[in-house]
Order: sequence, then structure tokens, then C-alpha cells
Amino acid sequence: MPTAAPHRPVHRDDAAPPLLRVDSVGVRFGRQEVLRDIGLDLDAGRTLVILGESGCGKTVLLKAMIGLVRPTSGDVLFDGRSLAGMGDRELAHLRTRYGFVFQGAALFDSLSIADNVAFPLREHTRLPEAEIRDIVATLVDEVGLPRTVLPKKPVEISGGMRKRAGLARALALDPQVVLYDEPTTGLDPIMSDVINELILRVKRRPGVTSVVVTHDMHTARKVADRIVMLYPLFRLGPGQSQVVFDGTPDELDRCRDPRIRQFVEGRAGSRLRELQAEQGREEASA
Amino acid sequence: MATTPDSAAVPPPGVTGWFAEQVANLGGFVMSLVAGIGDVSLFAVRTVGWIVARRQRRDVLLPSFYQIGVRSLPVVALTGLFIGMVLAVQSYGQFKALGLQTRLGSVINLSLVRELGPVLAATMLAGRVGSAMAAELGTMRVTEQIDALESMGANPIYYLVVPRFLGCLLLIPSLTVMADFMGVLGGYLYSHVLLGIDYHHYWENSRAYVDGFDFLMGIFKSVFFGAAIALVSCHHGFHCDHGAEGVGRAATSAFVHSFVLILVLDLFLGIWLNDVHDFFRPEGPRRLL
Repeated sequence: MPTAAPHRPVHRDDAAPPLLRVDSVGVRFGRQEVLRDIGLDLDAGRTLVILGESGCGKTVLLKAMIGLVRPTSGDVLFDGRSLAGMGDRELAHLRTRYGFVFQGAALFDSLSIADNVAFPLREHTRLPEAEIRDIVATLVDEVGLPRTVLPKKPVEISGGMRKRAGLARALALDPQVVLYDEPTTGLDPIMSDVINELILRVKRRPGVTSVVVTHDMHTARKVADRIVMLYPLFRLGPGQSQVVFDGTPDELDRCRDPRIRQFVEGRAGSRLRELQAEQGREEASA
Repeated sequence: MATTPDSAAVPPPGVTGWFAEQVANLGGFVMSLVAGIGDVSLFAVRTVGWIVARRQRRDVLLPSFYQIGVRSLPVVALTGLFIGMVLAVQSYGQFKALGLQTRLGSVINLSLVRELGPVLAATMLAGRVGSAMAAELGTMRVTEQIDALESMGANPIYYLVVPRFLGCLLLIPSLTVMADFMGVLGGYLYSHVLLGIDYHHYWENSRAYVDGFDFLMGIFKSVFFGAAIALVSCHHGFHCDHGAEGVGRAATSAFVHSFVLILVLDLFLGIWLNDVHDFFRPEGPRRLL
């Protein structure tokens, strides 16, 4: 059920300070409010899955966690340090402790796969080229890519390969936090599960904390230690919390909230009628 | 999506309402114009800041220089050649009527080195390179490649804007020289071969009216044009709207805004450089250096 009070984190070990704290974050683009008063604490070594329907602000929240989106209110703290208070150089340095796997992989079109994976190493280390080549080869092995893809450009390989190359690039600097934006979207079920397995493999690296944004329930159940579900703001009343669920995968399955059940079971319900009515209202006002 | 109408935004009816709406529209336009100029200025300051702050990488610079300089040469040379010939075609009738056809070289060459060479090279650069830069950076924005750069702690201005800016700034003088040369050549060939004007008088009259300052004036202006093209085009790419339509709009706007800016800069730089010329050479008729 929606709560009137702002959402506050649960399921964390109070003895240790959180690695990542999202403190009452709100994001607004012009007149459109996307996130309102989101509060989350994430402990080191855990995997958080953020669920929610399209347009509810999951990706915006993920980008706010790494400072790619500046919150209009609230703050994100990494290891107790405020991202809002950091200058460009400090933020750039902090980002070397993150790995970000983008929805469409976001590989640089003009570079080969090898150069894409090597990019963070060339940018932030002074390693000799031979060593960089070795690390790149190890990383592509780790994500299950054949070494024959290394000289190819991103447009020459499949979507699943691009996703894995994006993951290899994200892991290049041995990050503490790995952020995944819809890692299985657009992939066939087998390749989706390959990506899930890779997320689990990354999760087993010591001390790695993961945040996975998805609307794929299979991925959520498979990789999550904790699940948070966001709800679109325009479907909520004033004062209602945007985080409608925060718990373990088992607790999600037992949850009786109709909004959560509708999402978990993938039922349209009355949504089509609502969308048509909404479209009618917009046309009338136009 | 349920929204509450904003009563403050609804203007009162009648003539007063219409007038209030026009004033509000004008205010909105002026504010967006000022914000846009401020935004591009900040973008320029950050670009220059990165040129100073960090040494440029050869492997990043060279591909940009090749795209901007080498690949633009043929089209600039070809258009320069034709512009020179067109000038001869259009001027010949008037000059012949006055019996001054041997002076054709002076007007063709003066127009080319002062105005048409730099403006033509800049226009070709804006069309060929500026639009491509806006489209390329716009696509990178839409496909989150710019976000990816930032997420890896790399600065997108340093990686994407600085090489393009330096390429336009440093190579547009060479393109201008090429446009000047081919224009002068085209004008001479048409005048001498097809119109039968004596080559000695053609070049002597050119020498009398075109001097080194005219040539340097064109080169000097071209540097500003190059900087404007790079900044406007990269800014449009960086702030591209989503989707193919957004990328297309960014490419079109980059060319249109660059072209307008080239002409505005040409006017003001032309006025200022004429004053500079008069200050250093108040004696009047000019001779080639």
C-alpha cells in the first residue's frame, strides 16, 4: 500500500555505513517531475534490483547514483561523500570506482571492440600497451566473447555480443559498484540468461556491489538480494511514496499489493482503457 | 496523466489579453535567446579550458584533422574555381561597357581574397563538416555514448569537442587559401581563355588593387568562422533531442546557425578590419607587398 511518509530504507545492516546512500532524491525535468523524495541505502557487496514499469524513473535514479543526472533535490552519497558537493575532477575520479552497463551498450561506434574495452585503462592508468592488451583479452574471455570480435566495430557484432562487450568495458577498472541499465532488454531468452549468469559472476567478485534496473522478473528473481519497486509519479497521489516495495525476492512474491501483483504477473488490467482516456484528455486540451 | 490547469498562465480575454500574450511571447523569445548565447559561451569557455588544461592526444586529433581538412579540400577547391569563373562572367559585361575589361582581375581577385574565399570555405565547412559533427555528436548523445564517456570518468568536451574545434580553427586558413587560389585561377582562366583579356594587364591591375593586407584579412576572418562553426555545431550535437528527428534537427540547425553567424561575423570583422587598414595605410591606393 502507498505510504504517506517518504520512503526510508530497510533491510540494511546498521552497524556498517552504506556504500551508496540515496538521500531524499527528487528529479524534475522542466515541469515534469520524475522522481520524488527517494531514499535508499545500499551496502557493499549486495545486489539491488530496481523494478518498475516504463517511465517510472528507474534509469534516471540509476544515472543519479553516478552523477550523470543531477538531482533537483536531495543528494547521493558514495562512501559518505556527497556527489553534489564534488567538482568535475573529483566526480570524474570517483567514477573510476563505478562500472556502468548501458541499455544499448553505448559502445563507441568509431572504435573497435578492443579499443572500447581498453578505453578506461588508457584513460586512467599508465599501463604499457602489451599489458592493456592482456587485460582486454582476459575481460572478453570472462564475458564469454570470442577474441575474434576484438578488431571488429560495434556495428559488426550482435546485440548480445555488444551487451557483453559493454560489461567487459564496465569491469575494466575493477569497479566497486556496477550499475546495469536494463541489461536483458532486447535479447532472446537464452542470451538474457547468459547476461544474468554474468551478473551473478560479477556479484561473486569480492566486495562488488551491483544495482540492476530492469522490468524483467526472471532477472530480478535470479540476481537480486533486495528488490525495490518504483511506481510512476503520475499514478500516485500527493504525499504517497514512489517506492511501493522494498524487500527480498521472496517477500515480493508474497506481497499482496495489487499494483505489485499486476506488475509481477504482467497483467494489463484496466491500463489500456486508462491510456486511451489519457490520450483523449490530451487531445481535448490540445 | 491528470493535470490541474494553471490559471495564472491563461491570459485575460480581448485586446489586452492578446497584447499581454505577445509581450509574454517576446519575453520568452528574448530569454531563450539570452540563455542560448550564455550556454554556447560557457561551452566555448569549457572547450578553451580543456585545450589549455590537458595535452591533446595525437590519435584523437589526427582523425578529426583528416576529416575536417583533407576531405574538405576537393569540394572547397571545386567551388572556389567556379566562383572565380562566375565572377568573371557576371562582371565582364559592366566592365566592357565602360571599356575597363582589363580591370576585371582587380575586382575578381579583391572580392575573392577579402570576402568570397573565406566565406565560401567557411560555408562549405559548415555544410560538410558542421552538420556531420552535429549529427555524429547528436547520435552519440541519443545512444548514450556521451553518458558512457562521462561514466568512465572521461570528459566529453576534451574527447569530442576539442579535436573538432582545433581542426576547424587550424585548418580553415588552409581551406581559405585553397578557395582563394582556385578562385583566382578560375577567374583568370575564364577571362583570358574565353574572354580574351590580355594576361599582362589582367595581372598588373590585380597587383595595383589587391595587396597582402587583403589576403591576410580574409585569412584572419576565417579563423573566427572556423571557431564559430565548431562551437555551434558541437553545441547542437551535445544538446540534441531524442530520436532520429532530433539528430536531423540538430544537423540542420547547426548549418543554419553557423551560416548566419558566419555572415554576422563577416560584417563586423569587415568593418573593424577596414578601420585597421585605414589606420595603418591612410595614404590611399594600395600596392602588392
